[in-house]
Amino acid sequence: MSRKKHNPLSGFKLTLGFTIFYLSLIVLLPLAALTVKTFELTWSEFWELATNERAMAAYKLSLGASFIAAAANAVFGSLLAWVLVRYKFPGQGFIDGLIDFPFALPTAVAGLTLASLFAENGWLGQWLVPHGIKGAFTPLGIVIALTFVGMPFSVRTLQPVLETFDRSVEEAAATLGTNRLRTFVQIILPTLFPTILTGFALAFARALGEYGSIVFISGNLPFQTEIAPQLIVMRLEQYDYTGAIALAVVLMVLSFIVLGTINILESWSARFSRQ
Amino acid sequence: MKRTLKSERISSSQRSTQEPALVKWLLIAVAMAFSVVFLFLPIINVFVQAFSKGAAHYWNVLAEPDTLSAIRLTLLTAAICVPLNVIFGVAASWAIAKFEFRGKSVLLTFIDLPFSISPVVSGLMFILLFGANGLFGPFLQSHGVKIIFALPGIVLATTFVTFPFVARELIPVMQATGSDQEQVAMTLGASGWQTFWHITLPSVKWGLLYGVILCNARAMGEFGAVSVVSGHIAGLTDTVPLRIEKLYNEFDPAAPFAVASLLALLALLTLAIKTFLVWKTERRERQAR
Repeated sequence: MSRKKHNPLSGFKLTLGFTIFYLSLIVLLPLAALTVKTFELTWSEFWELATNERAMAAYKLSLGASFIAAAANAVFGSLLAWVLVRYKFPGQGFIDGLIDFPFALPTAVAGLTLASLFAENGWLGQWLVPHGIKGAFTPLGIVIALTFVGMPFSVRTLQPVLETFDRSVEEAAATLGTNRLRTFVQIILPTLFPTILTGFALAFARALGEYGSIVFISGNLPFQTEIAPQLIVMRLEQYDYTGAIALAVVLMVLSFIVLGTINILESWSARFSRQ
Repeated sequence: MKRTLKSERISSSQRSTQEPALVKWLLIAVAMAFSVVFLFLPIINVFVQAFSKGAAHYWNVLAEPDTLSAIRLTLLTAAICVPLNVIFGVAASWAIAKFEFRGKSVLLTFIDLPFSISPVVSGLMFILLFGANGLFGPFLQSHGVKIIFALPGIVLATTFVTFPFVARELIPVMQATGSDQEQVAMTLGASGWQTFWHITLPSVKWGLLYGVILCNARAMGEFGAVSVVSGHIAGLTDTVPLRIEKLYNEFDPAAPFAVASLLALLALLTLAIKTFLVWKTERRERQAR
């Protein structure tokens, strides 16, 4: 307390003042515009625009594809994190360095290259398409793009936790004669679960809003491969601003719910690790 | 004798906390396969497709006037929005890391906000603000100022989307270095600016650089938000990612990849600098210990 009163550093008012000014200008003002424009709609208008058949199909696809992609990342991302932390193998450092590639690569390039890989004549598509696995211009393509985009979240959330994981519990279990699989399922997995769930939620939230990569790989067919952000752009192109606003509000509420869940999960896992 | 006993004990305890070799190599194989499909192939594919019609064709695509103007616009946008967000990031992290005040966690939540909003929705917000039917639309129109479907709109949308990057990297670094040194300097009579330039900045420079390269990568690669506010006027308001989309919808399959290879190179460069910075900070932490 006394330190706070006698903080000799200067510039607090200037920096905080500028921070709040800039935040208001760049973030809060646009947010206010969306809020004002939303309240210009009546409730029944809003409801009709937000819940019409095409919108519902778009939410369903957005939520479903994001869920499957986040789940795939929870499995394969956790596996990658495990392998990178626990094992030594050739090429390990290289893979570890490349994990952030989906973060660094612009989404348009990601969509472009994935669409071409999974297209009928693509490197992967030429093997998969004859077996009925169409990874371009289908809902599966959307899942593939969203998995790519969300992958670093799962790996990077779990990795630091695994690195500091207390192995004495595993050793105790082994000493008591528990076999490795049972130790993993009953001791390691429950401890890591909150972290894996946080990574899942982060990847899910990112996937819900994703647009750039989907444009290239989805084919953009209404009711079939049209995700919510694509429908917003479609409405804007038709100068249907109220339609776009209603969809945007629903999409924002959905991602705030996911982020609220992440905060709860994080406080849960913090309590978990303190025990 | 003692030695063998000890080494035997270690090896047996290691064995019991490790998976059987078969399981281990199976897991590694699955992880490798996943990284090949989702990391290696997408990267390599960009460059192979870009050069599928030869190097001459590659350079021809890049030398098209519309491509060159897209590159210029993307560089200009990043050159405006990255410094803005750097100034903001430094100011915000100074206030947040060095001082205690009420409402700090609310401020942090607001700083993170752009990360949780879909880029498309971010673009839409600026249309509702400055577009023809927007809140300031009539005012801007009567004064002949064009923001939407022009450079200012692209810059604003990009700044919004990249808003948290520098602040988020810098705040934890500044918190970790503490403020003891700054307090000593200022007690000894240094001014606020002197303290910042000679003490704070050198100790957080790698964190700052990390924030800058992430912010820059996103600024140059942003698609959704820019796509909504740009108006897609070739040679005028098309950024590099938008140019890729346009070429994708045309007849030449190698052309979008040629332009995309520039952004893929940017991503690889960003990763290389990032890896270097992580190595650098880790080495410094080891030396400090």
